[in-house]
Amino acid sequence: MLKTLCQKMFGRSLWVYHANSGGCNGCDIEVLNVLTPYYDVERFGIKLVGSPRHADVMLCQGPAMRATAKALRRAYEAMPAPKLVFAIGSCACGGGIWFDSYSVLGPVEKIVPVNFYIPGCPPRPEAIIYGVAVAVGLVDKKTAPVQFKQLEMPIPRYHPSDLRGSGEMVVYEKAEKV
Amino acid sequence: MSVLSKLKEAVICLRAGRVTLPYPATARPVPEKFRGRPIFDAAKCIGCAGCASNCPSREILVVDLCQEIRILQYLGRRCTYCGRCADVCPEKAITMSHEFETATNCIGDIRQRLDLFMSTCQRCGRCFKEPSHLEQLKQKGYRFDDVQNERWVLRSQAYLTSEAAVDDMKIEI
Ligand code: SF4
Ligand code: SF4
Ligand code: SF4
Repeated sequence: MLKTLCQKMFGRSLWVYHANSGGCNGCDIEVLNVLTPYYDVERFGIKLVGSPRHADVMLCQGPAMRATAKALRRAYEAMPAPKLVFAIGSCACGGGIWFDSYSVLGPVEKIVPVNFYIPGCPPRPEAIIYGVAVAVGLVDKKTAPVQFKQLEMPIPRYHPSDLRGSGEMVVYEKAEKV
Repeated sequence: MSVLSKLKEAVICLRAGRVTLPYPATARPVPEKFRGRPIFDAAKCIGCAGCASNCPSREILVVDLCQEIRILQYLGRRCTYCGRCADVCPEKAITMSHEFETATNCIGDIRQRLDLFMSTCQRCGRCFKEPSHLEQLKQKGYRFDDVQNERWVLRSQAYLTSEAAVDDMKIEI
């Protein structure tokens, strides 16, 4: 649903506003890298703007910090209504390696609602382009939660209460459960 | 002079050609030593939790559901792809893959969860694992939990109804 909404609302051109709320600048460099002729996201109509009031999308880098949380919130509120937030980098997605530091509140999710996550520290420029392409519906996302089980319960579960001794034999009453 | 410099500029511009990568349309290979997200191999993992205690972002959580079942959760959201877990793993159960296209609209999508079955040493109570399933079954004192009903079920009771417990059960009790 979000995808169709995105395609409808943001079909032509996304203007992005680049908000760093306390990251190490690694992700900023990669975001700027994405705008260079080499990666050139302007072919998808993506344009960097200087003010949140002109932007459709906010690119968040860095965790939500005590000092910048309010400013981040204000920047988010200043954006006009159909708006998306991308969390770029592991800091923005989950707090990064400083998640338990005294000045870090946690992921930017705590301050602004996040629509797309691009993990990585920093994510490759390709990963950022991929995230944008997922958001505008050019490609499908590739990830899905994974659960590995080493083995299913390897032996049937015997309940001693279901065991009946009949002569030499031991009968297990609920054999169909086994 | 100025004409010459303009000509030079024009030559430089023409020689550069097209540099923009056709990225999302065509795949782009990563360098060989690139570290993408870690992939866990449940068949190799022995559940030692060395990765969990060495992860700088405390991204791998270990929960013991009961004595035999250990859950290893990799959440992925603040993983920095540093590769320390892969370095420290004694069984080489973690490989740093080349996957970087992990962008998602639901952060739970990059989660990995391992349900590890651990057998328990009857003397010290610590977990260890035998190499094959058959050897796990042959172990003396092999036992398992009734997880749903939260109680111990001793396998040997299935065969010994009236007699006293076998040796390994004495150690246990
Ligand atoms: S995710 Fe990594 S590169 Fe990006 S701001 Fe955080 S620490 Fe820096
Ligand atoms: S790659 Fe680094 S941050 Fe990610 S789970 Fe392994 S040790 Fe933790
Ligand atoms: S993945 Fe490796 S380090 Fe982590 S618990 Fe399993 S065996 Fe130990």
